[in-house]
Amino acid sequence: MTGADFTLIATLLKERSGLIITPDKGYLLETRLGPIVRERGLASLAALIEVLRQPGSDALKNQIVEAMTTNETSFFRDSHPFDTLRKSVIPGLIQRRATRALRIWSAACSTGQEPYSIAMTLKDHFPILGGWRIEIVATDISAGVLERARSGTYSTFEVQRGLPIQMLVRHFDNVDDQWRIKDELRRNITFRPINLLGDLASLGTFDIVLCRNVLIYFDQPTKTRIMHAIAHRIAPDGVLMLGGAESVIGLCDAFSGVPGLRGVYGHAAHIPPKPASWLNLPVSAVS
Amino acid sequence: MTSPLLCLVVDDSRVIRRVAVDMLQSLGFATAEAEHGLAAVKFCRTNVPDFVLLDWNMPEMDGITCLRALRAMDLEPPPRVVMCTTESGMPKICEALEAGADEYIMKPYDRNVLLDKLELLGLVARA
Ligand SMILES: C[S@@+](CC[C@H](N)C(=O)[O-])C[C@H]1O[C@@H](n2cnc3c(N)ncnc32)[C@H](O)[C@@H]1O
Repeated sequence: MTGADFTLIATLLKERSGLIITPDKGYLLETRLGPIVRERGLASLAALIEVLRQPGSDALKNQIVEAMTTNETSFFRDSHPFDTLRKSVIPGLIQRRATRALRIWSAACSTGQEPYSIAMTLKDHFPILGGWRIEIVATDISAGVLERARSGTYSTFEVQRGLPIQMLVRHFDNVDDQWRIKDELRRNITFRPINLLGDLASLGTFDIVLCRNVLIYFDQPTKTRIMHAIAHRIAPDGVLMLGGAESVIGLCDAFSGVPGLRGVYGHAAHIPPKPASWLNLPVSAVS
Repeated sequence: MTSPLLCLVVDDSRVIRRVAVDMLQSLGFATAEAEHGLAAVKFCRTNVPDFVLLDWNMPEMDGITCLRALRAMDLEPPPRVVMCTTESGMPKICEALEAGADEYIMKPYDRNVLLDKLELLGLVARA
């Protein structure tokens, strides 16, 4: 692959999705774009890039972005964020939300394991929320993964990653050799194609935002830009949860860490000094 | 240093036992093997494993019978039991859970699945 070809693709990826690809990862282009080359009956990656140089190749550009994103995920990934949700974040919000409404956003949901893990947590541990208006919005840039997420259907291999067997029994139906999440859990989740680089205002405001294992693929200015955009989508006493290798430190001063809760961030101006007081924060103090 | 946890691998296929034993040892567990349920029950009369990886379909005594027998022995502390089988229908899973299984692995599986399940049971420290 020529330097010019690499630059063309790298620029396309950065502009459309934020994804940074360095020249040492050039081999990834060959392996991940190979299927598109074959599907289009082209002779080589170089031929594909020639097509890209023609005007009106928008569908192809989207296809390339989708092929290059990493969609790896699993149920209850890293487990502790879901423990934190269950033990601290959700009980705190239940105390503070006199409106009896909660909005949760899974901001790069891939094939859906993350929003479904949230839905299972709410269902299993918070029967009190039965009378609440709960909305889980799950978004991703990739139409392909969203379609899978919407179907709520997983292979035997996928349901064995991170999901306790009792939850499989409780929340899934066995359909042929696949596993489909029950409709009652699917109903609470809205799946939407959203690019984190785009306008997020139409999403409204959330109490909890999970933006996990996606910012790692971006450069610093892009991370900062997205974090600021997300800050505008979070209620004054709402929280942002990042992935294990991600942090706001040095990137976005709108947020600071909630003391005692690893990977959980709140609006810097609203963080109480102790997590205990976070749980008991009076509604008047944050509105 | 504390001694490693002991896993009893129960499967009538020597190859499958070998694969499981290799994975478990690489995760730092001590292992023992039994080729069917009856051998597993006998083993547990003199040793109490920390957990058992238990196949379903085996000669002499199948896994579900073995599981019920192990639970009836009231071993102290009770070993965690992970069914590990090609049986993958919901009714079989429910049957195993009712008989006292703690987790359930559907074959074929890989090291990541095993690791996830052992993490869920608290047998492996979470990363
Ligand atoms: C590794 S997955 C993370 C899934 C899940 N959040 C987790 O932690 O397991 C990253 C996801 O981010 C999505 N993604 C990449 N760039 C994006 C962007 N600019 N806007 C929205 N989603 C994006 C990818 O399509 C992919 O599904």
